[in-house]
Amino acid sequence: MSTVSTRRKPPRVGDAPLFRRSLIGIVFVLVAFVILAPLVIIGVEAFSKGWQLYRDTVVHPDTLHAVMLTVLAALIAVPINTVFGIAAAWAITKFDFRGKRFLLVVIEIPFSVSPIVAGVAYLFVYGLQGLFGPWLDAHDIKILFAVPGIIIASMFVTAPFVARELIPLMQAQGRDLEEASTSLGASGWRTFFSVTLPNVKWALLYGVILCNARVMGEFGAVSVVSGNIRGQTNTLPLHIELLYHDYNATGAFAAASILALIAVFTIIAKVALERQGAGRVSKTENPAEKTS
Amino acid sequence: MRRRNVLPGLPLSLGVTLFYVGLIVVLPLAALAFKAASLGFEDYWRIVSSSRSMASYRVTVLSALGATTFNLFFGLALAWVITRYRFPGRRIVDAVVDLPFALPTAVAGIALTALFANSGWFGSVLEGFGIKVAYTPIGIMIAMCFTSLPFIVRTVQPVLEDLDPALEEAAQSLGGSDWTIFRKVILPLLAPALLAGVSLSFARCLGEFGAIIFIAGNQPMSTEITALLIFIRLEEYDYQAAAAIASVLLLAAFFMLAVTNWLQARALRYTVKG
Repeated sequence: MSTVSTRRKPPRVGDAPLFRRSLIGIVFVLVAFVILAPLVIIGVEAFSKGWQLYRDTVVHPDTLHAVMLTVLAALIAVPINTVFGIAAAWAITKFDFRGKRFLLVVIEIPFSVSPIVAGVAYLFVYGLQGLFGPWLDAHDIKILFAVPGIIIASMFVTAPFVARELIPLMQAQGRDLEEASTSLGASGWRTFFSVTLPNVKWALLYGVILCNARVMGEFGAVSVVSGNIRGQTNTLPLHIELLYHDYNATGAFAAASILALIAVFTIIAKVALERQGAGRVSKTENPAEKTS
Repeated sequence: MRRRNVLPGLPLSLGVTLFYVGLIVVLPLAALAFKAASLGFEDYWRIVSSSRSMASYRVTVLSALGATTFNLFFGLALAWVITRYRFPGRRIVDAVVDLPFALPTAVAGIALTALFANSGWFGSVLEGFGIKVAYTPIGIMIAMCFTSLPFIVRTVQPVLEDLDPALEEAAQSLGGSDWTIFRKVILPLLAPALLAGVSLSFARCLGEFGAIIFIAGNQPMSTEITALLIFIRLEEYDYQAAAAIASVLLLAAFFMLAVTNWLQARALRYTVKG
C-alpha cells in the first residue's frame, strides 16, 4: 500500500504549468466580467446619487409595499411547495408504482417552461376568457390581476425546487431505516419525523432556500398575472421595472440592491449547507467506489 | 418474489402530489393547449407563421445557439478548473457560479444593461471597437449567457469529479499527449453530461424573458424575442395570438425536456457503475 501512495504521481492531463495557469487566468477574468461585474454595478448604481436618495427609494411607501407583497408571496408559496416537495419525494422514493418516471418528468416541467408561457397558461384558467374565469367573475372572486394570482404563478415556477433536492438524496438513502422503524411499531408520522427528516434536513433547507430566492425574484410569470398596479399588485421585481421605465434608474438599482442582497445570502447559505452534505448526492452515493 | 412494502403513507403522499401537480402544472398547460387548439388549423398557422412571429423565432433561436455555444466552452473550462486544480479563490469561484440562478432575472437585466450601454463600463470600451451590444441581438445573447451559465457547469462538474484517474493514467502510459487524451478519453466520458447541460441551457435561453427585455431593443422583426411577442399580444388583448405563440414555446420546451431526459438517461448509463 505504502509504495503506491508514496510513489510520485505522473502529472494529470492538463497539469502542465503554463496551460494550468492560463486556464485559471482566463476563468478568473471571465468570472469577473460575466458574473461579478453585474453584481458590483448594482451597488455602484444604487449609491451613485448618494446615500440619501438610496434611503428615500428604499423607504418609499411603494417600495415598502412591494417588499411586503414579495414577502407575503414567499410566506405562502414556499411552505406549500415544501409540503408538496416532501409528499412527492416520499411517494416517489419509498414506493414503486406505475408511471413513476412520468410523474418525475411532469414535476420538472416548470423548469423548462418559459415564465411568460406559465403566466399566459394561468390566464386561460382564471382569466375572463379562461376555464373558471366567468364563474369566478360571477362570484366576485379576484385571482388574476390580484395577489392570489401572483402567489399561484410563483407556485408554478418554483414547484420542483424542494422535490428535486429531496428525491435524489432519499433515493440514495433507501428504505431500510423507515422499514425498520415501522416494523418496530412506530407510526408513519413518527417514522417520518424521527427517522427520515433528520437524514434529509439539510437538503430540505437547501431546497427551501432556493425556492424562496426564486419566488422573491420571479418576474416573467408574475408580470403577466399581476396587472402591475402601483402600490397594489407590484412585487419587488415588478417595482424595479416600473422605476426603470420611469427614468428613475438609480431608484430601480436601489430596489434591485435589496434583491441582490437576498441573492448573495442565498449563495452563502448554499455554501454553508453544502458543507453539511446537502446538494451533492453523487459524492456520497457510492462511498465504496472512493475507497477502492 | 416481490417484497411487500410495509411503509405507510402512499395514498396521502401520492394524493397530495397528484392533486398539486394536476392543479398547478397540468391544468394551466392543458388550458393553454386547449385554447390554442380551439383556434382551428388555419388561424393557428396564420398566427404562428406570420413574418413577425418567424422573425422572433429566428432571433430567439440564433441568440440561444450563440449563448449556449459560449457557455459550452466557458462552462466546461469553469467545471474543469474548479474540479481539477487547487488554487486560492477556488471555493469562491465555485460558489459564485450559482449567482445567475440566485439573482432575479429583472435585476440581472438592468445590471447588464447598465454595463453594456454606450456610457457603461463595458459598452464604452466596446464602442471604441465599433461594437454595439445594448439594444442589439448581441445584448440578447449576453443576457442569455448570464442566466443559463450554471447549467453546463453543474451538470459536468459531478461527472468530472467522479472520473476514474486510472483511465487517464492508462492513456498516458500508452504515450498519449494531453490533447489526445482529452479528446479521445475524457471528452467522450463527459459528452453525455455536457450535452444534457447544453440542452438545459438552450431550453432556458428559449424561454428567458426578464433579463432580456431590458437589454434588447425590443424592435419588431429584429430584436423582439418570442416571449416578448407573447407579452405584447396580451397587452393588445389579442389572447388568441398569445395562446398560439405561447403554444409554440411550450412545444419547444417539451421537445427540449424530452431531449434532456433522454441524454440524462444515457449519461447515467455510462457513469453509474455496478
